[in-house]
Parts: sequence; structure tokens; C-alpha cells
Amino acid sequence: MSTTGGQMEAMLAVEGLSMVFGGLRAVNNVSFNVRRGEVYTLIGPNGAGKTTIFNAISRIYRSSSGRIVFDGEDLARRSQHEIAALGIARTFQNIELFEHATVLENLLIGRHVHGTTRLWQELVFAPAVRQQEVAFRESVEKVIDFLDLAHYRDARVAGLPYGVRKVVELARALAVEPKLLLLDEPSSGLNVEETDDMAFWIHDIRRNLGITVLMVEHDMTLVSRVSDRVLALNQGELVAEGTPAEVQNHPGVIEAYLGTAVQGRA
Amino acid sequence: MRFVFKTAYAQDLGLFAHGVQAAWYAALAVALVVVPWLLSPYLVSQLTFVLIYSIVALGLMLLSGYTGQISLGHAAFLAVGAYTEAVLAAKGWPFPLSMAMAALLAGAVGVIVGTPALRVKGIYLAIATMAFNIIVEEVLARWESVTGGGSGLQVGPLAMFGWTVRDERGMYYVALATAALVTLAVVNLLRSPTGRAFVAVRDSEISAASMGIPAARFKAISFALSAAITGIAGALYAHQLRIVTPDQFTVLQSIEMLMMVVIGGLGSVHGAFFGAAFVIVLPQAIAVAKDYLPPAIGQATGLQPALFGLILVGFILFEPLGLYGRWVKTRTYFQLFPFYRRGMFRRQKAFMKSERLR
Repeated sequence: MSTTGGQMEAMLAVEGLSMVFGGLRAVNNVSFNVRRGEVYTLIGPNGAGKTTIFNAISRIYRSSSGRIVFDGEDLARRSQHEIAALGIARTFQNIELFEHATVLENLLIGRHVHGTTRLWQELVFAPAVRQQEVAFRESVEKVIDFLDLAHYRDARVAGLPYGVRKVVELARALAVEPKLLLLDEPSSGLNVEETDDMAFWIHDIRRNLGITVLMVEHDMTLVSRVSDRVLALNQGELVAEGTPAEVQNHPGVIEAYLGTAVQGRA
Repeated sequence: MRFVFKTAYAQDLGLFAHGVQAAWYAALAVALVVVPWLLSPYLVSQLTFVLIYSIVALGLMLLSGYTGQISLGHAAFLAVGAYTEAVLAAKGWPFPLSMAMAALLAGAVGVIVGTPALRVKGIYLAIATMAFNIIVEEVLARWESVTGGGSGLQVGPLAMFGWTVRDERGMYYVALATAALVTLAVVNLLRSPTGRAFVAVRDSEISAASMGIPAARFKAISFALSAAITGIAGALYAHQLRIVTPDQFTVLQSIEMLMMVVIGGLGSVHGAFFGAAFVIVLPQAIAVAKDYLPPAIGQATGLQPALFGLILVGFILFEPLGLYGRWVKTRTYFQLFPFYRRGMFRRQKAFMKSERLR
């Protein structure tokens, strides 16, 4: 799968990113580029700083130092709610859906950045609002079709099983029609079959929808199946970067997961 | 059991799910128009109160039920609306204009209060809005040149463009028309992006932000709209009571308003009407029941607040969806008869409830 050339344009550039919480250095001077059209994966043991990097990109946290540039724009100047309009959508590690709304409503909320109607038009449900609602539904319906959610379309999220909620969250991020999709542990809590589906979807998202994917993932089978490049982190430090196979066999990565061999023991 | 087959997006956007439902609402509309000719003037004026309270409940429902922000100060917005109307009506403004002004002023006060208050959450927001209510109460009592101080202001009959409302029936129709328009506006909003943004902010601020919805802005919009709607109700309230005094707009009144939306059912437009009807009917029912109760209970002071409290606790424990939830269950029972199961609406456990990034 790692056939993409090395000369492609960087869509997201993270330069010397550091995140300090009090005395804790969660991310220390990490740099990487995500190229347009690739699937780029962050791996690393718990507490390596993967989700922290995600939260820095989506501006939930302010980075302590370093720059994050997306499509030539410095994200430091943007606030949390302006990120989606730039074309970055994300999912969360512990599913953050709108629990008391239906699947359809959740996806429609994903279309929010594409809305152009004004409050007074909405109060009278002007024709412009009606047209926009129909257009929203058309694009949302495509996502529902793509991820096979038709069965759950009008179900409330609060009553859905975990695996489905995970897909709904992916669907909501796709409804934004992003250029870059951040997936925070897309396979966590899913069974083998569901993980398999997820792998196919990530593959299709990249190939058919042309969306660049940056993800955090623990399941190495999934990682090697879909990723073009992998970045390994340990305790906030960059350990290795390369193709999935390269990174998996990197001594630093093995050490990070399994620890160093203790000298003097047979 | 009815299955609605949707073949066009327009069906999703309509006000009614299907033709039969539309027919029921049409029947309700006819009944509401006819009913004042069948009831005594006293009952008609009680119905008018239900309508006015429904408007208040709609406003508060938007804020608490849909945006998830609590307010213990909504009586203050009712006061702003009522006093604005009292002053402007005395100056001879026609009712639609003065009511619009009442809404505008209440909305403006809502923005001014809401912007700082909405930086805090939950119980702190409750305290902040309660403080605001007490301040407004004080201002009404002290600013005698405008508000008439503790004795308040007399309000003339509702008048517009040469028509003066002189009886209960006229007042009822004005309230009915206003309530219908406000309901339509609220329902329109809820099926538009802004209404969904409110729900998003209620359910998860963090993912609302990641979907491009600034929580602070939408909370302020919700607060302003909620205040404006309450202001509209205030304008009607002033004419209905024909007098406005500071002690009609205390924190207790605010609590009663919050009770309406909780008992009615948070997060449903129907709930606003159910809650308002409940809050008006219950004291009447208690008054009637008093005569039949043993004097030790019937004559006890604080019977009404105690009962209100008990009912509120009961609803929170056993029917968090309020009267609306009851209504849905009853309706489903008959629709599915005889296949209704007891566990049909049982709330399922939310597995792996997220630790919110707050």
C-alpha cells in the first residue's frame, strides 16, 4: 500500500511541536509532514502524546511551542471552532456524539460549516433554508449510503451499540466534507469484523473520496493494512518514521513497547 | 401501527410527519378557536394564562431543553416585557409594535446578561441568573419614576389600530395567535442549522466546536431568543393582569417557570404546552381538593409548594421525559395495541460513556 511517492506536497506540516502541561512534557519537539492523499498514522504506547498532538491540531489545546501549518495557514491564529471550516474534521477516542439526537441529526450537524442561511430566514423557514436543508440531506444521504448506516438513520444515538456509534462518528466527520480527516483510534472497542470494515472504509475514504487521513491507532494489523507512512512516538518524543514495516522493525520502537533487554540475565 | 414511507426530502422537512397528524392538528386548531364560545369567562381567562405560560415555557425550553443552559432568572425577562408593554401602552403604542419592542428589549437584556453569565456552567449559571432576577426585582421596586415602585403600574386594555380588547375572549384570541406564531418560529428554528447547533452545544461542546459551532455564540443566541420570547409573553401578561408589580416577578416565579419545562418534558415543544397547562391547572385542582381533605392537611400552610415539590421529584425520578414522555408512551401503547412491551422505552446503558475534555 505504501506506493505514494516521496515528492508529494505536504498538506499538514507540524514543525517542532511541544506541549507542556505544568511540569509534564507531553509532546517534545515533534515534526512531521502529512502529504496530500496519504494515510499517515501515529503509533506509540499509552501516554506517548498521540492524542495530545490531535488536540493541538484541532486547537483544543494551545501548543506551547512550534507551528502547525495546514494548507499554508498557521493554525495558531485560528480558534477551535474555525478548524472545521478550513477542512479538518475529527473523531474522538471516546466517542463524542450528540447523544440525544438521531443519527441523521448528528450528520446534519456535521454540515454546519456549509450553512449560509441567516437566523431570521430560519425563524420563518424561508425558501433558502428549505433548499439548503434538501442539499444538506442529499450530501448526508451519500455518507449514510457509503457507511451503510441507512438502518440506523432515524435512531437516537443514545440507544445504539458501541460499534455503530463509532461508525456514526466517522460518518459525522465525513459529512463535514473535510480535506483532512483526523481519526483517533478508529478501531478501539471494535471486534475483528468491525475492524475489518473500518480498514476498508479508511481505504475507500482515501481512494474514492480523496480525503487525506491522519490517524492514531494501536491495532498494528489495521495500521499496516491502510497506512502509507507511520510515525512512532514514545513519551512525547519522535522515535521513528517510515513505512509500516520499517517502523515496526525499528529497534527504538521495539524498545518503547517491550522495554530494553536487561544486561546480565540469561 | 403506521409506517411512513419517505420518498422526498420535503417529507423530512414538513411540519407534520404525515397527513393524519396534520388532520389532528387542524382539529386541535378548530377546537381552540371554538372553545371560548363554550366556556365561562373565568375558564377562558385561565386558558389565556395557559397560552401565555406556554409562550414562556417555549422560550425557556429553547434555552434549557434544547441548549442545555439552566436559567433561574426568566421571571426578570417576563418583567422587562411586561413593564415595557405597560409603559408603551400608556403612551398609546399599538399592541403589535409595543410587543415587538418588549421582545427586543428583553432580548437585548438577555444578550447583556447572557454574555458574561454563559461563561459559567450548570449550578453557577443558575446562581448567576438568579442574582440577575433579584437585581431586576430591586430595580423595579426602586426606579419609581418609570416603574411606579412597589405599587406598580396600571395597564390599560390591549389596543391596536382602532380595536380595543374589552373581554376575555378577545384577549384569548390575541394570546392564541401569538402563541401559534411563536410556536411556528421555534419549530422552524429547530429544523434549521441553528436549532441543531443548540442541540450540539447541549450534548457535547467539545465536538460541537470541532464541527465548527462556536458554543459561546450559540449559547448567547439561545439566551437572547429565549429572553425575547419571554418578553413577548410578558407583554401579554401585562394586559391579562391589567397591573404589573415587582412581586409578580420574583425568583419563585422563575423556579415555577423552570418547573414547567421539567414537568412538561425537557427537549420537546409539546412539553412546553403540557408543562404550562399543568402549572395552571394544579393550583386550581388543589383549591378544589382542599374542601374534601381533612382540615389538618387541607388547611395546612404550604400545601401547594409541597405538592409541587413532590410532583417535581416524582417526575425526575420516574419520568425524566416529563408529561411529553407519558404522552408518547400512551400513544405508542394504543398504536401498537396489543403489542406494547413495558421495557420499550427503558433507557439503555451508554457503554463507555466518554470522559469529556473539560
